[in-house]
Amino acid sequence: MSEKEIYSRLEEVFSDVFDEDINLTAATTADDIEDWDSIEHINLIGAVEDEFGIRFKMGEVSGMKNVGEMVKIIASRAK
Amino acid sequence: MLKELEYPFDASLILKKRRAFKRTLLADGSSRIRRKIAVLGGSTTDDVVSAAELFLLNFGIEAEFYQSEYAMFWEDGVFGNEELEAFKPDLIYICTSTVNLQFRSDPALTKEQAEEIFAAQYSRFETLWQKLERFHCPIIQNNFEQPPYALMGSMDSWDYRGLGYFVNRMNLKLAEYAQSHEGFYLLDLARTAAEYGLNEWHDRSYWFMYKYMCARLAVPNIGYKLALIVKSIYGKNRKMLALDLDNTLWGGVVGDDGVEGIAIGQETGTAQAYYELQQYVGDLKKLGVVLTVCSKNEEENAIAGLEHPEGALKPADFAVIKANWEPKDRNLLETVQGIGLLPSAIVFADDNPAEREKVRRGVPEAAVPELDEVYRYIGEISGAGYFEPVSISADDLKRSEMYRQNAQRAQLQAQTEDYGEYLASLQMHAEIAPFKPMYIQRITQLTNKSNQFNLTTRRYTQSEMEQLAQSPECVTLYGKLADKFGDNGVVSVIVGEKQGSDLNIALWLMSCRVLKRDMELAMLDELVKNAANAGISRLIGRYIPSAKNKMVKDLYPETLGFSPVSADENGVTVWELKLDNYVNKNKYIEVN
Repeated sequence: MSEKEIYSRLEEVFSDVFDEDINLTAATTADDIEDWDSIEHINLIGAVEDEFGIRFKMGEVSGMKNVGEMVKIIASRAK
Repeated sequence: MLKELEYPFDASLILKKRRAFKRTLLADGSSRIRRKIAVLGGSTTDDVVSAAELFLLNFGIEAEFYQSEYAMFWEDGVFGNEELEAFKPDLIYICTSTVNLQFRSDPALTKEQAEEIFAAQYSRFETLWQKLERFHCPIIQNNFEQPPYALMGSMDSWDYRGLGYFVNRMNLKLAEYAQSHEGFYLLDLARTAAEYGLNEWHDRSYWFMYKYMCARLAVPNIGYKLALIVKSIYGKNRKMLALDLDNTLWGGVVGDDGVEGIAIGQETGTAQAYYELQQYVGDLKKLGVVLTVCSKNEEENAIAGLEHPEGALKPADFAVIKANWEPKDRNLLETVQGIGLLPSAIVFADDNPAEREKVRRGVPEAAVPELDEVYRYIGEISGAGYFEPVSISADDLKRSEMYRQNAQRAQLQAQTEDYGEYLASLQMHAEIAPFKPMYIQRITQLTNKSNQFNLTTRRYTQSEMEQLAQSPECVTLYGKLADKFGDNGVVSVIVGEKQGSDLNIALWLMSCRVLKRDMELAMLDELVKNAANAGISRLIGRYIPSAKNKMVKDLYPETLGFSPVSADENGVTVWELKLDNYVNKNKYIEVN
């Protein structure tokens, strides 16, 4: 799966979760999206996992600094 | 209503799109009741709340939520806090689970120690419930699901040292409390977890990372179970199950295969599956669900199929049987109108996807479960919780509604000085007509249980009633009475037997629910009219005393204006009314 494809699918997931159009870059963090709080974070991570059919490892979730790191993990794991 | 929120739902989709779903529902223009729900949680409850919120909106309830701080259910409930007190909940939901039980399986425990812990843990909850009584509102409490693992294997479930046993025992104590406390209900978390699959339910990463009691995708199931109980408490249950017949209530097509050719009973596996479904449907009727038939069939074939000796249901189990070739959506709308229900009361069960789709379009308020294969029908209907009860029987609910209406009438009466003015203000409507098949069951039931306003106390079987309805030698009347507070249904029955130009009134009875409403006068007016049309010139009435019918001893002379004919030593009195120059007596009830 190309990075481009991952970004486009991620943007769809983010847009669904936050119910607004969202453009992502590798540098996007929770600070850039108003509703991205700790509760929504759980939901967002879950929605991303469902979308790509993967599970993040326990340490990975808290370790992800930005969307770029999330994409890297997805790219390494999703088929 | 959103199809995405109907059972069986896609939990992942609901969690992902909850904002959009909420926005759509709130903008759909439907009217909803508003309720305030305080959720006192023992773990993270945000997703429980957001799922429940959506399901409730779909059930016609707009809820505002209070959520306790993380795991502060006990402190909030027992000690209170300003926010909760000011919130003034209409309903409290205690969302706890096995993570909130302070007990671990421990082989070193003595029986006394285990006993002490159990008592302390239970009383912790009981204290909470008692403290919450200050809000005077319904309380819903989760029971406890089995833990993630069983230290002692199966022994964990039966030995006093096991958490499995502790959970089982706790659940029994909770059930006992619920049974003895009105307005206290349990959400069956144990079953919810089992339905989901315990191993999948206990995704411990969600506990360790986010303090979720269970896997994220299991959470909407808890929200759904909560919404089912809440909608039931607020009277938003469905009330009617309309069933197709061929390949829904039995296998095969009765019109083609004949009664002997359909699959129902014990002969084959398929027949047994349909039999189990019929049993389930019969049990729903006991819960107070109104059963109707909506089938493309000749009526005589439909009846014949339902009379199959191996079936668990009989034609009389159905309030309405619509077996014809009209569109089903039209039949359904006619059915609810006929029995005084709204389209939102309907659950429509049909094996044919095309019929289901037509009904979904024609009656958008109806619930139309997807039915797949007969052995799954019951799960597909029951899992949705359309008829979820919260008290012993739906009959009780109906009865309490009736009492409420009567109380309103009494209140109105107290406010109105003149009795006639009161009767006029009730805006009563009666339907009085010769027996109809639709009402025969109710007519028979009423006839066989009425004791007080019953002049002859004669009892009849349903088939006798059916014969009377057909007989040219009889004049039959049933009376339904409705007023601005509600519909009382069939409340009065008269059977007259012709003898030359006389009509002998063999049966005259009325439900005590409608005493002193002048319904008996409306019945007499219609009886006179129907009798006169049948060439009758005189009514003969008899009062046969029983232990319970003293209230109508003088009904014929005093209320109905009959003249005495004779009396015997047993207290039986005979009265007559000549029909020439009869003037209608009813003033306050609009008839037919």
